[in-house]
Formats: sequence, C-alpha cells, structure tokens
Amino acid sequence: MNRTLAVLLGGALALGLVQAGTAQADELVIGVGSEPSAIDPHYHNLGPNNALKEHIFDGLIKQDAQQRLQPGLAESWEPLDDTTWQFNLRQGVTFHDGTPFDAEDVIYTIERVPNVPNSPSSFGIYTNAIESMEAKDPHTLIFKTPGPRPLLPTELSNIAIISKETVADSNGGDWPKTEGFNDGSLAVGTGPYKFKEFVKGDRLVLTANADYWGGAPEWEQVTFKPITSDGPRVAALLSGDVDVIDNPPTQDLPRLESDPEVSVYSGLSNRVIYLHMDQHADETPGVKGTDGKNPFKDVRVREAVSKAIDRKAIVEKIMGGVAVAAEQLLPQGMYGASMDLSVEEYDPEAAKALLAEAGYPDGFELVIGTPNDRYINDEKVAQAAAQFLSRVGIKTGVDASTKSVFFKRRNDFEFTVYLAGWGAGTGEMSSPLRALVATPDKDKGYGGTNRGRYSNPELDAKIEEALATLDDAEREKLLQEASELVVKDYGILPLHYEVTSWATRKGLAYEPRADQYTMAMSVTKAD
Amino acid sequence: MLVYFIRRLGQSALVLVVMALLVFVGIYAIGNPVDVLISPEADLAEQQATVERLGLDKPLWEQLWLFLVNALGGDLGRSFVHGEPALQLILDRLPATMELALVALVFAVTVGVFLGLWAGLRPDSLLGRSIMTGSILGFSLPNFWLGLMLILVFAVYLQWLPAGGRGDTVDLLGIRTSLLTLDGWSHLLLPAITLALYKTSLVIRLARAGTREVALQDYVKFARAKGLSAARVTYVHVLKNIMIPVVTVIGLELGSMIAFAVVTETVFAWPGIGKLLIDSIVNLDRPVVVAYLMMTVFIFILINLAVDLLYSLLDPRVRLSEAKA
Amino acid sequence: MSDDPQSAAPLEALTGLPEAAPPPVVRSPLSRLVRDFCASWVAVLGLAVILVIAVVALFAPWIVPQDPYDLSQLDIMDGTLPPGSPAYAFGTYWLGTDIQGRDMLSAIVYGLRISLVVGSVSVACALVIGSTVGLVAAFFGGAVDSVLMRIVDIQLSFPAILVALILLAIFGNGVDKVIVALIIVQWAYYARAVRGSALVERRKEYIDAAVCLGLGSRRVLFRHLLPNCLPPLIVIATVQVANAIALEATLSFLGVGVPVTEPSLGLLISNGFEYMMSGRYWISFFPGVALVVVIVAINLVGDRLRDLLNPRLQR
Repeated sequence: MNRTLAVLLGGALALGLVQAGTAQADELVIGVGSEPSAIDPHYHNLGPNNALKEHIFDGLIKQDAQQRLQPGLAESWEPLDDTTWQFNLRQGVTFHDGTPFDAEDVIYTIERVPNVPNSPSSFGIYTNAIESMEAKDPHTLIFKTPGPRPLLPTELSNIAIISKETVADSNGGDWPKTEGFNDGSLAVGTGPYKFKEFVKGDRLVLTANADYWGGAPEWEQVTFKPITSDGPRVAALLSGDVDVIDNPPTQDLPRLESDPEVSVYSGLSNRVIYLHMDQHADETPGVKGTDGKNPFKDVRVREAVSKAIDRKAIVEKIMGGVAVAAEQLLPQGMYGASMDLSVEEYDPEAAKALLAEAGYPDGFELVIGTPNDRYINDEKVAQAAAQFLSRVGIKTGVDASTKSVFFKRRNDFEFTVYLAGWGAGTGEMSSPLRALVATPDKDKGYGGTNRGRYSNPELDAKIEEALATLDDAEREKLLQEASELVVKDYGILPLHYEVTSWATRKGLAYEPRADQYTMAMSVTKAD
Repeated sequence: MLVYFIRRLGQSALVLVVMALLVFVGIYAIGNPVDVLISPEADLAEQQATVERLGLDKPLWEQLWLFLVNALGGDLGRSFVHGEPALQLILDRLPATMELALVALVFAVTVGVFLGLWAGLRPDSLLGRSIMTGSILGFSLPNFWLGLMLILVFAVYLQWLPAGGRGDTVDLLGIRTSLLTLDGWSHLLLPAITLALYKTSLVIRLARAGTREVALQDYVKFARAKGLSAARVTYVHVLKNIMIPVVTVIGLELGSMIAFAVVTETVFAWPGIGKLLIDSIVNLDRPVVVAYLMMTVFIFILINLAVDLLYSLLDPRVRLSEAKA
Repeated sequence: MSDDPQSAAPLEALTGLPEAAPPPVVRSPLSRLVRDFCASWVAVLGLAVILVIAVVALFAPWIVPQDPYDLSQLDIMDGTLPPGSPAYAFGTYWLGTDIQGRDMLSAIVYGLRISLVVGSVSVACALVIGSTVGLVAAFFGGAVDSVLMRIVDIQLSFPAILVALILLAIFGNGVDKVIVALIIVQWAYYARAVRGSALVERRKEYIDAAVCLGLGSRRVLFRHLLPNCLPPLIVIATVQVANAIALEATLSFLGVGVPVTEPSLGLLISNGFEYMMSGRYWISFFPGVALVVVIVAINLVGDRLRDLLNPRLQR
C-alpha cells in the first residue's frame, strides 16, 4: 500500500485501526478469476471446485500437470479381468482430524457421490459405472463394472475421498450436507492443505497439513482471493496485493512479460475452441439465400468454411499469440491425438472455388452464435471468423449472448453455426469425440454436446470399440483413427487450443496445468 | 399515524409479492440454469437427473406454489449454484454493501452540504459558479466510467490504492466490517467516492437552493442584525434549516445507492449483494435473484418509513396523517 | 449517476414543481426564452455541441470512413493500432482501432447514433405515455387518480437501474429491448410531473370555461390542459435524455444492453477497458470522452432551461 495514503489515513483514524498483518515469507496469496461454489468436493463438478478439492482432499488416483494418472490414496491398481478392478490403498494415511483412512471411507464416499442434495452438477457420472464394491481387506478394494470400462481409473481420479468417521453422523444418519463442508466442520480430507476459513466472494484460507503423506507442502498458509474482473486482478498483482493470479487477460501478457517484477507461465490446455455446424436437416435457422437448403450438409461447404478461416491470424491477433491453432479436438501429445493431422492451411481462393462447386458461387448469409463470457475472447474470435467468412462471400453476422442464454439457445438448436469450447476432463481423446461428434444417444450417453447433430456410423463404431478396449496401446490407435475420420469429414471445425497463463511475482514459479486448475501445489519458490 | 403506517406496510407487502412473482416467472422464461451449471461432460441422463434434483422438472405453477408456501415460512429457496439458503447468502454479503453505501452517503452529505452552503452564500463568486458547474459534471459522469478512470489513475498508474476487492475485515459484534482496518479503508476509498459522486452533486444543489432561500428569511436577517457572528448564523441557523430537504432526499437516496452498488461493486469486484445479483443473473440462480429483490424492497420500505419519521421530527409542521392525502 | 426515478423528489424540489406556471408574458414567450437562454454562454455552447453531434450522428454513414458493423470491411490484421496509424482502405485511423480492426472514430460516431436514438426515442415514448397517464389522473381525479398514482408511486420506489437490469436480463440483448426497458422505467416520472402541474392548472377558470362550453374531455385534456403543463415537462425531458443515455451505457457495460456487433458507447468503453492496463487506452478512453461530452452538454442545456422555466428562481 502506498505510504502517503497510509500516513494520511493513519493520521485521520489514528487509534481505531487494527494494523493489517503483513505477508510472511511462507504465505501465499492467489488472486483467482472465479471462486468455487462450495467446499463440498462432491457438490459441483466445476473447474474452481475441482482445483480446490485437490488441496483439501485426495482421490484414489491423482492427475499430474499433464493429466497423466499418478498414485494417490491408491498406491496401485490393475484390472483383474474385463469387468473387475483391484485397487491397493495406501497405508498409514490419516485425515486432518486424525481419523485413519481405509477402504470403508472409499466405499462411503462413492455411495455418497450421487446423493448430494441440490447438486447442480453431480460427480455421479464418474461413479455410475461401478456396479459393486467390496473391501477384500481394509486396504484392498475390488470394483466391478457391467462391461469393460478402461476409463474407470481416470474417472475415479475425479472423486475426492471423505472421512466416513467424521461426516457419517453429521446429519442424523442422513447423507452429510453441503453446508457442513462450507463452514469447515466436515471439510476434512487427507490433502496437503487444511481448511481454515471461507468467506464467499472475499477469501478462502488454507493452512499446511504438515503430516501430508506426500511430504509437507511448501506454503504455511494459502489465501485465495476471488477477483473476477481481469483488469483489477492484474492490478492486484502489480501492486503486490497478491502473489499469483490466474488467467491474466491475453492483451496484458506482453506488458506483464516485460515487467521485471513479474513472471508469466503458460501451458497448453486440454480445451479446444471449435465451430460446430448444423448437419441435421434442410431446415436450419441461421442461413439465408440458399433457397431453403442447409449448405452445411455438403462437405464441400464445410471444407470451404474451414479453409476460409485463418486460424493462425486469429491466434496471433485476437489471442495475442497465447493459443495454438488446432488440427483436431485434443492437442498432439495427449492420449489418443493423431500425429498425422496438421492445421488447415488458410486458402480463401480454394474456399471460394469449393463454394462455387457446391452451388453457392455468390455465397449466402449466415449467423454465428457465440457466448460472450465463457471462453477466452470467445465473442471476439467469433467476430474474427465472421470477418474471414464474409471475405469469401459468406456474409456472416455474429449473435453473441451471455452464457446462460447461449447454452439454452444452442441446446434448442437455434444456431446453424456456433462457437464453443470443450475441455477434455479425462485428458484423452474419447472425451471430445464422445461428447461432440458421436451421434446423440441418450442411453449410451453419447453426443451430449453434439448440437450440430453430426452423425457418422463409421465414427460411432470406432468410438464404441475404443471404449470397450482395455489395452491402452490398442485403444489409443482406435481413438487416433476416429479423430482422423471426423477431421477429414469436416464434421466439426477445430479453431485453436486455449493456452492457460498464470502470472506470479518475481521469485515464484508456476507449473502450468493442462486442466487449467489454479493450485497452490503448483507454485514453488524459484530461488 | 398508526393507520398511515399500516396502510403503507400493506401496500408494500402487496408490491413485494407481485414483484417476486413477476421476476420468478421472468427468470423461468430465460433459460434453464442446469445448462450453465452442469459439467459439459454430463450425459443426457445426468442432465435430466440434475433438473429433477433442483426441482426444475415440475410445471411452473407448481414451482411457483412451492416457492410461495416456503416464502411464507421465511424460506426463499436454496441457491442453485451454492446449495445454501438464498437469504443466508444475501445476509452474509449485506454488511459489505451497507458499509459501502453508508461511507458514500456520509461523504456525499458532508462534502455536498459544505460546497452547497458555500455556493449558496456566494452565488455570484467565481468559486460559487464553479461549484455549480462542477455539480453538473458530477451528475453527468456515468458511475461505471468514473470507477474505471479512478482505477486507472490511482491503482494502475499511481499504484496508491488497490484496484478492487475488499480489505481486511474485523469481527465487530458479529458483523464483519472493513471500517476498522487501514487495509479496509484503502480498498473502500475508490468505490465509495465513485458511488458518492452523483449524490454529492445532488446535495450540493439542494444545499445551495436551500441556503439561498433561507438566507433571505427574516429570522436569518434578524440573527445577523442581533450581531451574531457570520459563522454562527451559517452553521446554526442556515445549516439547520437546509438539512430538512437534504435528510429527506438522502434517506430516499440510500435505497438507490444500494441499488447502484450493483454497478460500483461490479467495477471494483466488491463482494457485496450487488455483485451477487449480477453473478446470480448470469447463472440464472433464480432463488438468489428473487431473494435479492425482496430483500432490497424490504430495505427500501424500512428506509422510507424511517425518513417519514425523521421528517416529522425535524419539521414539526409535518404531520404524517396528512402525507397520504 | 443520473438515471434514477427517485431523483424525482429532488428535481421537484429544485424546479419548484408542481406549482410551476408559465412566466408572465411580456413579449412572445418563446423569443424571451431564446434571449434569456443565450445569456448563458455555457448553455449556448452545450446546445451547439448537441446540434453538431446530432448532425454527425444523423449523417454518419456519409461522414465516417468505415461501416463499423460490416464485418467484411474489417481486418483483424489492423487490430489495436494506435491513433494516427495509416489505414490501407482509407487515410488514417485517427483514433486508432479496436481488436477487430474497427476504426474507433467510425465506431464512436455509430455508437453516438445508438446512444442518441435510445435516449431520444425512449424519452419521447415515455413522455407521451407518462403525460397521458398524468393528465387522465389529474382530469378525472377520484378513483382513477388514486389507482394510477399508486402505480406511479410503486414504480418510482424502485431504482431505475435495478428495474432495467432485471427487465433486460429477461428480455435479452437488443437496441429495441433497451428502449422498451427505458420507457418502462421512465414513464412514471412524467406521469407524476404532469399530474402535479395539471392539478394546479385544472383549478383555473379557463378549464372550467372549456368544460362548461361542453367541449369533449379529450379536447380539453390535450388542447387546453396539456400545453399549459409543458414548460416543466421540457425541462425534465431534456435532463432525462441525458439520463437515458447514461443508463443505456451502464446497462451495456453490465452486458445486458446492446448486442456486441452493434456497440453503443457504453459497450465500446466496456470492451476497451480490458486493454486499458496494457496501455492501449484509446479503445476505451475516446468513447468515454464522447459519452461524457454528450451528457454534460445536454445537462448544461437542461440546467439553463430549468433556471429559466422556474418562476421561483427568477430574479
């Protein structure tokens, strides 16, 4: 804080003031763009909540910065046969309140997951594949699934284990309530940090768990301060109010990078930004000048749109260079991404030729739908894409709305073409394929976000086969083939992968995470 | 007088109910909060299950009926986002907003009355004219723009004050306040000034008009003639009389300040109820939006009643029973 | 902030409504008004600024170098250029460009257009609706009056910003929707003012005379009563245009106003603020200046009119 003001105020208000404590060397203050909606680790499957739960709780399995699976409360795991998994639990682990950890806690947790009252986004999607559980001994667990479930370990890495002894009796025999976690009484895990204080909209304070099984954490005390506006968050870092911020706006990165007092750390995320196109019926709402036809049913038009957009220019100018042009739905190097695909070359002439060939020499009119508060620069990217399309003759407008309105309208199929993003929570290719381009099928849980209603039986078969293959190498090959299939059919147009950035004060380092989580465990002192 | 109050309360209660219903139905029409809240990985079956868990699968009239029945028992529903009682969420955040509004109000009244008095006593002086022209500027600067400019100057370029958020708080009789810490004040200063500017201009004009009128009254002339010092005449006789309109208006304006805190809190990331309202609108968190409105209207009603009372105390000529005519 | 129906109370206190009466006629009232108005150079300056801006906004398509809403004219390769940068398609980006390569000068002129349209149309509609309600209430009195005025009171007990925010959250984005929301939050204000002055006028002999002559109530209302309530209405309407513009900017800033592809001044400011910290001040600063200039100019004129049309303050 500024001295002049301090003196001024100090003089005026003299004795009534309590001096604010100055930050200690082992204290960390993190300014975050969005705060968790609850401390309860099973309440809301949402980025900030998931990041928080990693501090206080552990899963059986943990995901590292690249989303590879690492041992957590389970030291090892293996499939016994196609439908049976054995998990060997870590011994000698205790919860923050001293209660010991064993298989009963895991079973209790997995039973509680689908029973969280009012949960707006349940973690049940990760546990509903478990048909039965059995504790062979206090530290050996057997899970049974109805069919082959290669993703079970990945899914379980999302489940935070809570202490049965601590919470079971908190609600008169009923399942524990979310409020109990929020006020701290039930927020008892095995994680590296202990819950200290949560004031919604203001601060969340954690303290070190010196007895952590993975070694004592680096920071004595960690405070998360939600600062939702981008500008003020950057200003808070620059003025020294906070030590680390997440998601500094892309336009401020050049300035932050040149600031000697600040370091910026960026890493590729698992989130792809894409354009989806209505390929369902001839009737489509956002197109004019095609005599009632839906041009996007023609693969040549889809290819033309893809070629008309200069992805590298968008990355360079709109994203400030902090993004990577995308060739498929998950960056190369992650599990299941094809190494044989490359980013579509910008070729407006070829696009015009393709449009003419498809019977639209003069183009047509189009409206692109986009949210304006969901992804990094979302509506700006849509406007830029519209610029490029307008130049090849598709006169394009942008219909941007706030996310609540956008998602409703998208789910009601009100857009012919829309921009959205997908973060692969599992860190592998089946996640985007199953959600975005598999033919919608409620029973199989496929195509939940395929609002362009793309449908390709060959692709569906590949995905289904992959999801029933336990062998990792074989499954990866199937996923790669599926990815190539959809990209070559222009079933969906990937634009770019988001790059996530963190800015720290000098002397600190942040290990970027593909899942975009902001965690105190990723902050280290850079000597 | 009692009849007057009962009548006012009855009307207010009716307003409260009608408004709650309108907003309830209105937000129902915007969209389904589950679309925003649910993890995109959830499949269609899980989406359906979530809708049922939040009670959103019931027909509108049934949801409305449940809401009304619960509301009569003081339960305004649970936030879809936080899973906690909506009223509790709002009460938790109310101190931050009240703190901001009160500091802004005190600022507006002290600065406004002082400048208005000055301009009123010397209406043709250069300073007097400048104050009046300046007050037009105060009327004209949009709240949010002023806030942005203050952040830019004091937080970004000069780096004297923090750009947003609330400072360290202290527990005072169960209420968390940042008014007792240096850090708290440094965070409060910019948003309070932003919020206060419009009201300050208003008070300047009221005080000036009042001063000019009062200064011509016989009793002021008499006081002067009696040889009382100019300061005493100004601060005792004139000030006392111009406070009546100022108090009335400011009382009413406290309500609008709480409403305008929506903008200020958004600009400065101030964790008050205004910020909560914006977040809740974005997430279609209907219980919180409805509870916020009912709470705000309730506060307005209280303030209006308090102003009526205060007014009758300050000006014995006013009798409340007449006010309804 | 100046867009608050509760400022009804202070405005009345200031203007001396509802007892306002037309100034004593010496010469033609209009020429007298013009002469007095011109005595204040600040107000004349304000009026001049308003006229210039109105003309510029009206002829925007022929004045500005670029249609900022036509995406095919923009080029992201020209994004965030500082003021004075050369433009390939035309001379110079005098006020720089935003991230889409949109010429800020063109965007501001078009933004002004939207702001002025929103301000004047909403005020005009609210004025018509409000004064009709006010006249009807004052003329008929009794139950009609108390029901109408109760509604007005209730409406005025809510801050405009809150009502408009909720309305637009429900309606969605759009210039037309912003206008409707602004009409809804403003009409009650005129209704109360008109009723106030009409009640005073109604007791005068010429109304009794007109009624005795057997003229229809509509004729008496609009031909006799309304013209005599005009002076205070003009003052309020002027100030309200400024308030409506400010309110629109605020709503757009909060993200519930106009759509992103047709940015008003408020939205331009909001979009540009993200770039402020990185030193690209022009994207937010110039629209802000334009907004403040418009509002100040209108308020200067309104302030002068208020002084002139308020008999209590006449020296």
